[in-house]
Formats: sequence, structure tokens, C-alpha cells
Amino acid sequence: MSNRAKTAWLHFGVLALLFVLQFVLPAYHHGNLARIMVLASYAIGYNILFGYTGLLSLGHALFFAAGMYGMGMAIHLFEASPAPALIAGLVAGVIVSVAVGYLALRTAGVAFMIVTLMFAQAGYLMILYLGAYTRGDEGVVIQQGERILWGIDLSDPTNRYFAALALFSICLIFTLRLVQAPFGKTLIAIRENEERARMLGYDVFAHKWAAVIMSGTISALAGASYGLLFGYVGATFATVQYSIFPLLWVLLGGAGTVLGPLVGTLFMFYLIDLSSGVTSAYMLIAGVALVLLTLFAPQGLAGEIRARVWRWLP
Amino acid sequence: MDFGPYLILASLEGAVTAAVLALTAVGLSLVFGVMRVVNIAHGEFFMLGAVLAWWVTQSIGGHPAIGFGVALVLVPVLVGVVAVLVDMTVLKRIDYDPERTIIATIGILYIIQQVTLMTYGADARPVEPPFNTRLAIPWFEFVDAKPQIYWPWGLSTTSYKLGVIGAAALVLVGVWGLMARTRIGLLMRATQLDREMAMAFGIPVERIYALVFGMGAGLAAMAAVLIVPIQQAHYLMGGDPLLLSFIVVIIGGLGSLPGTVLAAILIGLSDGIISVFFSPTLAKILATLLVALVLVFRPQGLFGVKPT
Repeated sequence: MSNRAKTAWLHFGVLALLFVLQFVLPAYHHGNLARIMVLASYAIGYNILFGYTGLLSLGHALFFAAGMYGMGMAIHLFEASPAPALIAGLVAGVIVSVAVGYLALRTAGVAFMIVTLMFAQAGYLMILYLGAYTRGDEGVVIQQGERILWGIDLSDPTNRYFAALALFSICLIFTLRLVQAPFGKTLIAIRENEERARMLGYDVFAHKWAAVIMSGTISALAGASYGLLFGYVGATFATVQYSIFPLLWVLLGGAGTVLGPLVGTLFMFYLIDLSSGVTSAYMLIAGVALVLLTLFAPQGLAGEIRARVWRWLP
Repeated sequence: MDFGPYLILASLEGAVTAAVLALTAVGLSLVFGVMRVVNIAHGEFFMLGAVLAWWVTQSIGGHPAIGFGVALVLVPVLVGVVAVLVDMTVLKRIDYDPERTIIATIGILYIIQQVTLMTYGADARPVEPPFNTRLAIPWFEFVDAKPQIYWPWGLSTTSYKLGVIGAAALVLVGVWGLMARTRIGLLMRATQLDREMAMAFGIPVERIYALVFGMGAGLAAMAAVLIVPIQQAHYLMGGDPLLLSFIVVIIGGLGSLPGTVLAAILIGLSDGIISVFFSPTLAKILATLLVALVLVFRPQGLFGVKPT
């Protein structure tokens, strides 16, 4: 079997497994897995920028929240139906990522991290400042009646699971195609050696900008879907914590691997879920995981598998 | 009250913020300048300082001044030791790689914050100031076109707040003296200029790094001890000082100590004034956007010189 065929089998196998799990999982884990798939889509968006292009952003919550609030405000203020609201979220994500990418990419390295962090912080404070519309910290609950997309009630667990699976499949297949296409290979070349890519005649800025836009838009789509599927839009999702989470998931799962974001989100979600039963200080687990990962396994789980067993893993 | 007394009040509050901010930011700037790493956990060292100050004053008891005095000396040292341990166990092992250091210090941020939550709890707790006299401030008004002095209601400060400003200035002079006039300061500056060359001349660079990291954290802790009688100690209090010191360090020019102090005064005062007249959230939005744009368009900082 060629490497490409192996890759296709593995990834479609994972999607098929997720499809089958819907029928066998008990209710609690069923609900969790729907949530994990939406969050993993967010992590996939983050991975395009961090894993494949080598740009570490500390402000992705801005994109996630742009999608979520673009969608939520369309419903809350303009009484839009879910389909146009989702599109509003997507458009908000594109606009924000075009602007942030254009400005932030003028810096590099540590300055890029701080600029993205600052933009995200400004976005979070803006949500609080416009509390009259966004209802600030308290957030907006999206009622069941407002969550019916094309006659499908998204508040129903089964429908929600399939909607999450559809979103995750789109994102997964998109990244898989992206990293096998010449464009994705160029991004990897930029990550490995930016100067050399420039010498070879690639427009490095345009490629990086496109990567920010794709990454931001996928994150925004995940944010909009999260708000719609779970019926809540709140300022918590714009905090620094939600910029750190995708970094943590991707690092744990394996930066620069297509399946890494899902693996990382799954592990971290259950780790935090289990520990929050024991203590209210569950973010301790996240902290310890971050330190241990930087010290001992900077490649993450899927990265280690690629380094040791399946060298063809994309 | 008229506009004048309001402005005085806002500037006084701003000056206290600026004093504490200058100490915290100089700590961050020192670490960045010498070690070339960004310490995201800096705000948590500040928080740790405040919480430990509460603990020290509680366990000593007696007159508030005794406990406070002990805390002012002991707490920065304790926090400094914690930071040195972090440096030796984590940062040294990843070889101070800038990006991995950021990720690791984010992890350390959560570890310190959550361990504090588990032990100290989620309550905000006050520390009694060692001295606290209310000082009224006079203002003038025109009665029949003649200026007349009067004491507007509400226009006052406390001796403690003035004490904080004085103490911060004293510590900053001390840091400057240490950097400019002592042998250890010379070694630090040598390491900052050229790490390899310093190593070639036999300077124990790793020990200098540990010392600088400990000192940076100690300065943040000292700032926290000074502010804790005004604010209360809480496990989430590290976020704002971190953000503000970032803003200050970047606007002042990364790694430049005089620039950092100048920027701290600027940001502290304007933060105080904007917060009184407009909303504190708006003040923070403007400050964060300013930082992002300074980094994008003037990476050397507003007061820095372009590296040649």
C-alpha cells in the first residue's frame, strides 16, 4: 500500500470510528465527545498556523470568539436564523484574521506572540466594554427555538453529535488535503527555513498571511458552531485561557500532524474532566502538562508515533 | 468637586499604581534584558508575594508594622528562591529557548496559581498597613476674584500611599546602584551584552541567569507586598500586573531599565487618570492596543534606540 493510501485509510477509519461511537457511547461520554469534536476543530485551525507554519499565536481566542460572537450577536440582536448567523460568524472570523494577520505578521518570534496576545486581550475587553449588547461576563443563552438549522433541532444530543462530526470531518479533510497540496508543503518549508523559502522565490508574507486567515477562519467556524450547538455565548471563551487551550491540545497531540489536535483534545478534556471531580484547581493539570511536554516530549503523542512507528503520518 | 481636585486625586492614585508597576516591570525587564526570555509567570510571582505577605503578617501578629516589616524583607527572598528553583529545574533544561520558555512559563503560571487556590483558597484577604494616617489636601477657589484655600471633601490621601511611592523609588535606586556600581551588576551587564563572550571570560553565566530570574521575581514580590495593604491578596490578582508590566516593558523598549521606569510612570499615571474620568476597561483596551501597535510599527519601543 502506498503512503497516500495508508494515510487515507487511517483518517477515514478515524471518522468512521467516530460515526460508530455515536450508537454505542453512554449519554455522558456521548455529550463529551460532541464537545471534543468541536474543540478539536478549533485545535485543527490552531495547528495550521502553529504546527505547519511554525507561528506561535497566543491570541487564537480572538478568532474563536469572533466566530462565536458574530453568530451569537446575529441571533441575539438581529434575530437571524442559524444559517445566516453561522455565515455571520464565519465572515467575522475572516475579517478579524485578515486584519490581525496583516498587522501581526510584521513582527516575528516572541513579538508575534505578544502582539497576538495583546490583540486577543483587547478583543476580550471590548466584549466586556460593549456589555450593553454582549451582556459581558454573563453571556447570552441561545434558546432552543433559535437553534433549528434546516428543520434539524441542534439541541437534540443525536443531531448535535452528527453536526459536530460533520464540522470535524470538514476540518480534518480540509487540513489533510491542504498539507498534501503544494501550498501546504510551502508552509512547512517556511516553518523549517524561512530564509531558504524566500530565496527559492516563494512569497513568504503572502503564504503566512493566508495561513493566518485559514487558521483564524476555521477557529471562528468552530467558535460559531460551539455557540450554536451548546447554546451559550460568553466572554469566558475570549479569555487568555481559551488561547492557551488549543496550544496545549496541539502540543499534547502533536504539532504538525493532522490527527494530533483530536488526540490532544481528547486526552486533555478527559484529564481535566477527571481531575475536576477531585479538586476545583483543575487547571493545575494543564500547567503540569505544559511543563512536562516542553521538557520531555516537545513532539507530542502523534509526533512521537511518527518519529518511531509510522514515518508516513502527515 | 471641581475638575482640579479630581485631577489631583486621579494623579495620586495613578502615582501609586505607577510606583508598584515600575517595580514589577523592572523585574520583567531585567529578566528579558539579561536572559532574553519572556517570563509569562511574572504576574504569579507578584501574586505569590501578596499571598505570602498575608501569611507572614498573620503568623507573626502583634503590631501591624512588625509583621509588615518582616514580610517586606522575607517575602521577596522566599519568592526569589521559588523562581531560582523554577530556573534550575525547567528553564535551564530547555536551554532558555525563547518559544519553549514561553510555553513552559505559561505552565508554571497555572501551577503556581492553582496550588495557591488549593492551599490559600479563593478568598480575598486584607493585610493591615503599618501606618495609615489620612492626609487632607487643600485646594483653592475664587471668592470675589480672590483665591482662597479650602479643604474639599473627599480630597485626601493616606500616609501609607505616599510611603509606597517613596519605598518604590528607593528600591529602584537600589537596583540601579546594583547594576551600575557593583561587581555582580557588571557581570550581569556583561552577560546581557554577549553571552558567549561572558562565558569565555569565565563568568558563571548559568548562576547569573538563576540570580537574575530570582531577582526579577523578588522585585515583583516586593511590589506586591507594598500594594497588598491597599488591594487585597487574591489568587487571581496576577493577571493585571502581568499585562501592565508587559505594556510598560514593551513601550519602554525591551530590556532598557530607564525606559521601563519612564514608561511605568507614563502608563501608571494615564491609567489612573483615564480610569477616573472614563472607564477602567476603556483604559485597558487603549493600553493593550497601544502595545500591539508599538510592537508592530516601532519594535524598539517608544524610548528605545533602533539596534544597529
